[in-house]
Amino acid sequence: MKTWLKITAIVLLVYVHTAGLLMDVPRLNILNETIRALYFHVPMWFGMVLLYLGSVYYSIKYLRNPSHELDVKAEAFAHVGTAFGVLGMITGMLWANYTWGSPWHGDPKQNGAAIALLVYLAYFVLRGSLDNPEQRARLSAVYNIFAFAAMIPLLFIIPRLTSSMHPGSGGNPGFNAYDLDSRMRWVFYPAVAGWFLVGLWISNLRLRFKLIQEKSSDTSI
Amino acid sequence: MKNILTLLRKEFILELRRKSVMAGLGLYLFSLTFICYITFSLRQQAINENTWAALFWLVILFSVVNSVAKSFIGERKGVFIYLYSVASAQQIILSKMIYNSLLAFLLSVAGYFLFAVFIYNPVTDQLLFMVLLLLVAAGFSVSLSLISGIASKANNSNVLMAVLSFPVVISILLMAVRTTGNVLNGMERAASSDELLNLLAINCIAGALAYILFPYIWRS
Repeated sequence: MKTWLKITAIVLLVYVHTAGLLMDVPRLNILNETIRALYFHVPMWFGMVLLYLGSVYYSIKYLRNPSHELDVKAEAFAHVGTAFGVLGMITGMLWANYTWGSPWHGDPKQNGAAIALLVYLAYFVLRGSLDNPEQRARLSAVYNIFAFAAMIPLLFIIPRLTSSMHPGSGGNPGFNAYDLDSRMRWVFYPAVAGWFLVGLWISNLRLRFKLIQEKSSDTSI
Repeated sequence: MKNILTLLRKEFILELRRKSVMAGLGLYLFSLTFICYITFSLRQQAINENTWAALFWLVILFSVVNSVAKSFIGERKGVFIYLYSVASAQQIILSKMIYNSLLAFLLSVAGYFLFAVFIYNPVTDQLLFMVLLLLVAAGFSVSLSLISGIASKANNSNVLMAVLSFPVVISILLMAVRTTGNVLNGMERAASSDELLNLLAINCIAGALAYILFPYIWRS
């Protein structure tokens, strides 16, 4: 990963944390100051979906042209994506506890996200239960692609068919329907970019760590 | 095409020859229905439409998972090698998908019959419900055939089958439960057309993916 991307990530997140916590936000009933959760909760989901997308991309690439590095990449992206998903879940539950009244509300998006996490936990179980590395890479790549395609309707279609307490549901979503205050956009978009860059960075570190670990264990044998 | 038909015929003949497997599946379905009957509705009408729908689809899901799982799990290695040498991967997955869909449809109809006998039959629009059963059976078996192929390569395949398949079929199950709700509440057909089309679209996606991805599993 390029150094300037890392610096951008740090700068963006420092900006997001200071501006996100200090800048003026619109006062709305019930939401009040909790509206600031937008800067930390929503980017987690963007990050998760993008990282999973990266994982699927490398899985497809692996099937077209098998190489060990692509497999490790797909796994690293899935790992970090799951971490983002868990963080998004926790921040969402924390926020829902104060605004909706209880941490788990059976909201379609909440359920969809939980299922998405289940899919990738199953992916790790599958990886764990196959011994042959070549077979593990191939089968988990197939499952990754298949499960991702089966997950899309859950995350993007079903919440839109039913009423949901998330914004942008029960109709056409899109950012205009978000009725996001224009001042908040100044923090929200950098937050999405910053968190995603950090996600990329962590997966990159994980990938390098894995490769070095394998190399050292190879030489020790 | 001819190969697919031959493979299909082989599946049917093998199934008829091993009657104990078929009987086992039937018994499984029967026991599940009976458990639902005993735990929920020993007293008549203690169960409302929504519970009926949820119970029905759970029973169908479990029996279909079990029936489709055996399409690759538990086959002897020699059979795989033989099939590999006589047919292409695409032909094999297509024949498995068609065969499993028929089997799953049969199981769902049997399950519907058992539910009608033991619990009660709240369905008013039979034709729509049959279409729904057919679509869901096809959806389940299309996705589960591929998962079964993946799980068969691992050591603890039976556990893995359950873990891998449930997240994948949940979207199908959700659509099924929703449409059943419509059918049971006596809404007109137009109200369910969206869900049915969705189901069909999910089936097409899953089928196409299984068709593309299966050769990669098959190669080892």
